[in-house]
Amino acid sequence: MDKDNIQVRLMKSSKATREDYFGKTICYVCIGLITVLVGCILYFITSRGIATFTQNHVKLGQFLSGTNWNPGMLDSHGNPEVGALPMIVTSFGVTILAALVATPFAIGMAVFMTEISPKRGTKLLQSVTELLVGIPSVVYGFVGLSVIVPTVRHIFGGTGFGILSGTLVLFVMILPTVTSLSVDSLRAVPVHYRQASLALGATRWQTIRKVVLKTATPGILTAIIFGMARAFGEALAVQMVIGNAVLMPTSLVSPSSTLTSQLTTQIGNTVMGTMQNNALWSLALILLLMSLVFNLVVRVIGNWGKHKYES
Amino acid sequence: MSSVITTEDVHLYYGETEALHGINLNFEKNEITALIGPSGCGKSTYLRCLNRMNDLIPNTTVTGSLKLNGQDIYSPNTDVVNLRKRVGMLFQQPNPFPLSVYENVVYGLRLEGVKDKQRLDERVETTLKQAAIWDEVKDSLHKSALAFSGGQQQRICVARVLAVEPDIILMDEPTSALDPISSAKIEDTLAAIRSDYTIIIVTHNMQQASRISDKTAFLLNGNLIEFDNTEKMFMRPDRQETSDYLNGKFG
Repeated sequence: MDKDNIQVRLMKSSKATREDYFGKTICYVCIGLITVLVGCILYFITSRGIATFTQNHVKLGQFLSGTNWNPGMLDSHGNPEVGALPMIVTSFGVTILAALVATPFAIGMAVFMTEISPKRGTKLLQSVTELLVGIPSVVYGFVGLSVIVPTVRHIFGGTGFGILSGTLVLFVMILPTVTSLSVDSLRAVPVHYRQASLALGATRWQTIRKVVLKTATPGILTAIIFGMARAFGEALAVQMVIGNAVLMPTSLVSPSSTLTSQLTTQIGNTVMGTMQNNALWSLALILLLMSLVFNLVVRVIGNWGKHKYES
Repeated sequence: MSSVITTEDVHLYYGETEALHGINLNFEKNEITALIGPSGCGKSTYLRCLNRMNDLIPNTTVTGSLKLNGQDIYSPNTDVVNLRKRVGMLFQQPNPFPLSVYENVVYGLRLEGVKDKQRLDERVETTLKQAAIWDEVKDSLHKSALAFSGGQQQRICVARVLAVEPDIILMDEPTSALDPISSAKIEDTLAAIRSDYTIIIVTHNMQQASRISDKTAFLLNGNLIEFDNTEKMFMRPDRQETSDYLNGKFG
């Protein structure tokens, strides 16, 4: 009698087990929805982006290496003028330059916050970086437009619009990202590395340089890549200072256009399904692919760091 | 016999809390001195005064006189970096850098600007042999030091300390995180280098203290209770507390 009872009870699922299944189901549904959403976005951008090549018969090589951007017009050979190279060059230009300028400042701030003045420095600089994150990009663009562009014009001549102004605006915008991620990776360096180094008669600076920064290198590289991803994708602020002329940049102060700025300025002027519109989608596809590349690089660096330090 | 380190009336405060209540200890050249006592008695704190590692803990005040060869350790004129080159330290947790075995050992030499490859190679081999780890790592000197076991890592750390040729080596429970076999190897290493170095070792392991040390100091609640030759201390301690601790009545 008693034994049967236990058997029956063991065969029935308990309330806790059912709740467990319920929770799991909710999780899977959410994950499933997000996966479908991401898949849809990828499919949509890709299908639109390749229409330029499949429907309008633009050659990929021409698209990536051409320097004339005038969708809807035909050049002397009867091919559509959709050379995206000026925008690709400008996008990479501002991104790489902004990262180059921001990195030393970000590492300096991060070292100050974690190694030199962990208490007061962190309090002060933490609020500064948080403030910088919180400022909307249109405000950055506006400040860039009314301060940086005239200054650049004054010093270097030209219109003031161009890669240099874009770089300076992006530098401030990616600084907090790079800084806070660098701080995280410096904080993750175990205290006993520092102690060991100091106990061997290293100065604080030698310890920072030879042990702390070296150990944190993968993390700092990741921080820089995240900063570059942000710079590459930033549209509004850049659009306000870059000049928006789809021309191959001849100098740092010649008006130009990035992939994103071209998208924001032109997408409203085109009709869905036309050559002009498809060409813009192709630019969006490049942006998407680049962000995938950035993510991939972050992964590779992460694995490299793990491999290097944990085995 | 000459004292390398003399300390008199050492008090240490963490903020308002007094952790050491006036400690007088002298350490003789080329001897191993063991500091024993229950957890929290201040033996590690005292040890860290000797190479000023306590400087890293904010709000720490040290008073009294601590002298290394007559030179005041806490004098504002004392260069902490040079002090730590002469007073090396081995920690409780093996803490090699995430670098190759080779780079770990030559770390201190590179700080001094030694670039001569031959000299570096020679120091690496000598110190790794002294630390009784050479045979285990000689074929993988350029492998990450973190790839080795805890006991091996600790011996790499010993070699790293020896490479800068300090006069004194402080050891803060160097074997408490290791298995008995690795501990025995570290003890062998100590026995091998004792004629060239002055060693001060904090240990929880009283057998270890009795096996390897010439002198033993017993600390309790921030006070020095007894300091004598190890043999005398373990056989005929003067103080009742020492006897009780050594016999496992508390601690």
